[in-house]
Amino acid sequence: MRILTLIRQVLDAEETVHIRSGEIDLNGSKLVVDTMDEYGVEQALRIRDSGVDVEVVALAVGPERNQEALRTVLSMGADRAIHVMTELALDPIPLSKVAAQIAQQERIDLIFCGGQQSDWDSHALGAATAERLQLPQVTWVSALEVHGQTLTGRHDVDDGSEMFSVQLPAVITTQQGLGEPRYPTVPNIIRAKKKELRIETLDQFHVDLKLNVLGAAVQAKARLHKILDGKDAPAAAAELVELLRNEARVIP
Amino acid sequence: MILLVVEHARGNVSKSTYEMVTCARQLGREGPVTALVLGSGIMAVVNEVALLADQVLVSDRADLAQYDSELWSAAVAQVASEGDAHTILIGGSRSGREYSPRVAVKLDAPLLEDVISVTAEEGTLSAERYTNLARVTERITARAPVTVITPKQGAFAAAMPGTHAAEQFDVDLDLTARRVQITEKSAEKFSRISLAEAEIVVAGGRGVGSAEGFRNLVDELADRLGAAVGATRAVVDAGWRPYAEQVGQTGKTVQPKVYIAIGISGAVQHLSGMGRSKCIVAVNRDADAPIFKVADYGIVGDVNQIVPAIIAALSR
Ligand SMILES: Cc1cc2nc3c(=O)[nH]c(=O)nc-3n(C[C@H](O)[C@H](O)[C@H](O)COP(=O)(O)OP(=O)(O)OC[C@H]3O[C@@H](n4cnc5c(N)ncnc54)[C@H](O)[C@@H]3O)c2cc1C
Repeated sequence: MRILTLIRQVLDAEETVHIRSGEIDLNGSKLVVDTMDEYGVEQALRIRDSGVDVEVVALAVGPERNQEALRTVLSMGADRAIHVMTELALDPIPLSKVAAQIAQQERIDLIFCGGQQSDWDSHALGAATAERLQLPQVTWVSALEVHGQTLTGRHDVDDGSEMFSVQLPAVITTQQGLGEPRYPTVPNIIRAKKKELRIETLDQFHVDLKLNVLGAAVQAKARLHKILDGKDAPAAAAELVELLRNEARVIP
Repeated sequence: MILLVVEHARGNVSKSTYEMVTCARQLGREGPVTALVLGSGIMAVVNEVALLADQVLVSDRADLAQYDSELWSAAVAQVASEGDAHTILIGGSRSGREYSPRVAVKLDAPLLEDVISVTAEEGTLSAERYTNLARVTERITARAPVTVITPKQGAFAAAMPGTHAAEQFDVDLDLTARRVQITEKSAEKFSRISLAEAEIVVAGGRGVGSAEGFRNLVDELADRLGAAVGATRAVVDAGWRPYAEQVGQTGKTVQPKVYIAIGISGAVQHLSGMGRSKCIVAVNRDADAPIFKVADYGIVGDVNQIVPAIIAALSR
């Protein structure tokens, strides 16, 4: 079986977002593999660890720095990686075209994608890729098992969760509940340096950009910051209740 | 036409549908607002929607009793092409956001996902959406003959129903069999009101100490205020509370009148689910906890002393 994991390199959640001239500026900020994508890598490795004959291939599309993210994934244990190099910011719909073509060329049986990308806050990449390949998809998967050509597991839906069963090939998007991503060990980091990281150019995929980002802004809501000292708990509590009732008027 | 896919549950039209109607009417694009209802045994839904839309298309059939991303995307794409829809509105629910990309690919259309505003000017749609764990607002434009939009839940006001019932038409769909089999369903249960609809949310984090601490502090305070209960992922992972109550990136997004955070640090992933609440209140013993940076009101102190004191003050 061959598994493709889609990787996004994103701003570390602990970092502040910097905006310069109306654009998000990642220069000088710590970038990491999106944790939701790492869940997919981890799951792929667990399938391989369970004794199934699996090759795990990681794909990232973006500027050169994405190779650091791919090296991280190779250090976790992925077998090889593909980097489609571009300075263009592709939204999920054109990006899925690249992912689908790579999946086809590589004869992929199972694709993992993060349930939500923490840069675009998007859920669309997995589903759009599935559609281009005419594959079924299961999103927000929190538990997964492979039995031959059948995948079973649990996934989150609008108002609860469902147990599902689907035949390979398929696309799975991740949710918390899947195994926590492993840290690369030193021997694996060294081994990863020798693993194949193939570089491709974007032009062969003929993507068509229909969305334009005009600008970005951090619009934090102005907050009152009336923070009371709680040393005298009854007095502070009484004052807070008074403020919430009569100033903010948000509680009965 | 503007095609709007109705979200409904248990025979009722969902709030998101009322919000989509507002989004469609504000868009500034020509053409009737056409509601599409997919499901099985959906007459009540159709009648309710008829007071909102200019016309209603219905496909009531047994194989649509249960949602499926492939069936829904095929149905919507077929109706959109046959009706020459230029704009397709799909709900911002989990299901809407998982099948809308398939519709966009089928129609070779751009996807304006989870937008908080959208307006048309000649051939271009301009929209705003949150990115980077809801910390950034991005302005995007799409210029295409057909566009798929998912409005963010709660971002648009609910439309008022009219008094005139729109005409209804049955549509014939060409659908294949579903490939994802659902073997079991578990619906979320809320002890009180559901998180998404509550005007007041009381949420607890690891700072409440234990499952028992959560009950004594968070549940008690929520009871007193008639509020819904929320939790952080740390609390859910510890098994103190069910996942249904989790607020944040991988949980629910809420925007209540007031969000009261008890023993919550305010991690980015948590803030992305509640940071747009109208008023935020925090109780935490660490004055430097990030939650205070987004708080309107708060008390620095031990939750075990402060929360019982708040409950006592509420009874006075
Ligand atoms: C991919 C991903 C997705 C995630 N999704 C979510 C999500 O959806 N929702 C979510 O919540 N988190 C999510 N997280 C986790 C998030 O990063 C934080 O770990 C989590 O929100 C922390 O929860 P907490 O505030 O309860 O715990 P902590 O961060 O441990 O904070 C506890 C707070 O309680 C205070 N405290 C302790 N004792 C007391 C006391 N006696 N009195 C007063 N204050 C006290 C402390 O000062 C501290 O500020 C996600 C993480 C990742 C990587």
